[in-house]
Amino acid sequence: MAGLSLNARAAILSILGLVVTLLIWELATPKAAAVGELTEYEILMGVGQPEAGVPPPSALFVKAWEELSNPFYDAGPNDKGIGIQIGYSLFRVLTGYALAALVAIPLGFLIGMSPVAYKALNPYIQVLRPISPLAWMPLALFIIQDSEASAIFVIFICSIWPMLINTAFGVAGVREDWVNVARTHELSPLRTALTVILPAAAPTIVTGMRISIGIAWLVIVAAEMLVGGTGIGYYVWNEWNNLDLTSVIFSILMIGVVGMLLDAAFGLLQRAVTYAE
Amino acid sequence: MAKPFLSIERLTQKFPDGAGGTLTVFENASFGIEKGEFVCILGHSGCGKSTIMNVLAGLAEPSSGVVKMDGFEVSGPSLDRGVVFQNYSLLPWLSALKNVTFGVRARYPDWSKAKVEAHGRDYLAMVGLEGDVVHRKPSQLSGGMRQRVSIARAFANHPKLLLLDEPFGALDALTRGTIQEELLKIWSKTEQTVFMITHDIDEAILLADRILLMTNGPFARVAEAVEITIPRPRNRTEIVDHPNYYAIRNHLVHFLGHRSKELAGQQGDGEAQSPVSVRIDQPQSQSEDEEPVPPLRAVND
Repeated sequence: MAGLSLNARAAILSILGLVVTLLIWELATPKAAAVGELTEYEILMGVGQPEAGVPPPSALFVKAWEELSNPFYDAGPNDKGIGIQIGYSLFRVLTGYALAALVAIPLGFLIGMSPVAYKALNPYIQVLRPISPLAWMPLALFIIQDSEASAIFVIFICSIWPMLINTAFGVAGVREDWVNVARTHELSPLRTALTVILPAAAPTIVTGMRISIGIAWLVIVAAEMLVGGTGIGYYVWNEWNNLDLTSVIFSILMIGVVGMLLDAAFGLLQRAVTYAE
Repeated sequence: MAKPFLSIERLTQKFPDGAGGTLTVFENASFGIEKGEFVCILGHSGCGKSTIMNVLAGLAEPSSGVVKMDGFEVSGPSLDRGVVFQNYSLLPWLSALKNVTFGVRARYPDWSKAKVEAHGRDYLAMVGLEGDVVHRKPSQLSGGMRQRVSIARAFANHPKLLLLDEPFGALDALTRGTIQEELLKIWSKTEQTVFMITHDIDEAILLADRILLMTNGPFARVAEAVEITIPRPRNRTEIVDHPNYYAIRNHLVHFLGHRSKELAGQQGDGEAQSPVSVRIDQPQSQSEDEEPVPPLRAVND
């Protein structure tokens, strides 16, 4: 053990924990008892049907294999592959998120560079920011009259704040010296913004973007449970209505994996823009 | 008398003192710098050296007075006035070379990429940075190397006037010595007009053609302009043997030690305050122990 690297030891511990947890889970799950011939009455009463309960991990693996080996099948509105459902969710998240970035980053630049704009807009930001994004849903549904667009709007409104605030904060905090370098080199305001302020503030801006994408992925599940139709959130709720807990647990795991991948992508971006002073 | 290349005319800087009044840092300061001249300005902290520098760079506006370069009044920052800041002010996300080419591209927007890069490399080589070092980020360079990059960036832009704000203030004595020599080398090749702030008397004597001496603030003024009568090329180890060296040095130390205080706080009479020119030249034949106090000769224009 001692000869192994820190990473190897951590990996062994990690896997060991997983195996033990799965084993306890598997053993703790009651098996459906074998039943003999059933009378017609007993069948009607549901005797012998597996009782709805938390499935064992083995059932989960079978389910995961089944879903992941054919993720993009489409057999009608209530039976689509997990890949299609996640695709719908990702499309909504990325659309709402991109719209939010288009608004938040330029506006954040403005607020960061102008103390007047900061003071003028700050009260609105402070009031709007703590509102739960789902609270906007009824209003969005009424005004937009389209559930798809409403879900995108909810993502837009929840991902805008961290990006806006971090951009403003990053831009306002750019060192005076670097701005002076731009000034003594007679750079135009646009070139100053792009070649000095943007790279200087980029680590803070990307941190805001990373927080935003995390929130957006949290919110999309809840939003899709409300608007229904498609998406991973709807899928979870639909499988709950079907009392298919194996699918529910499987989709919960998938939500976690996709969220992790989104975060990792922004982690890479963050590493690319970070600089040491 | 013909106007000098750079002329500072009746420059006054006042700040609110926080108690409703105004604090006058300096008033009616007037002096000139000739083309190709290397001028150092010496004075205690708070006498407004950095304020003068910021006004020359165009980063600050004076309360009144004008700065004229080549006969034209300057306002705002310009590529014609390059600045080397005390804290280097390199952009930390760019490599050393990119920091230099950043400036070159701003100066010569129509140059090809290859030409800009070759030009940047030339100037980095002049301050002794060659090879893979030029691709390192500022955080991977030592303080001395960073200041070299900053100097290369300023010289590569061929400004008409180069402003150095205590460029060696944050460096240790050994590094300081080497970079001073690099600076002399690159200056003698390019024949730039240089205006430099420093706290270090020996550094000023080594580098400058003339040293401007400032009295203490408030109401600071440029009291004297001391000509450095030591021929070039100069070299740190040989310069101390020159008969004028200690004479000039003693004069400077005396000024900063006593006279800067005695002359402080004298409010002007509204006239332009030009520095008194001082020239200290001891005959070469004179032996050192004969007369320790150098003969002073004040020359007014």
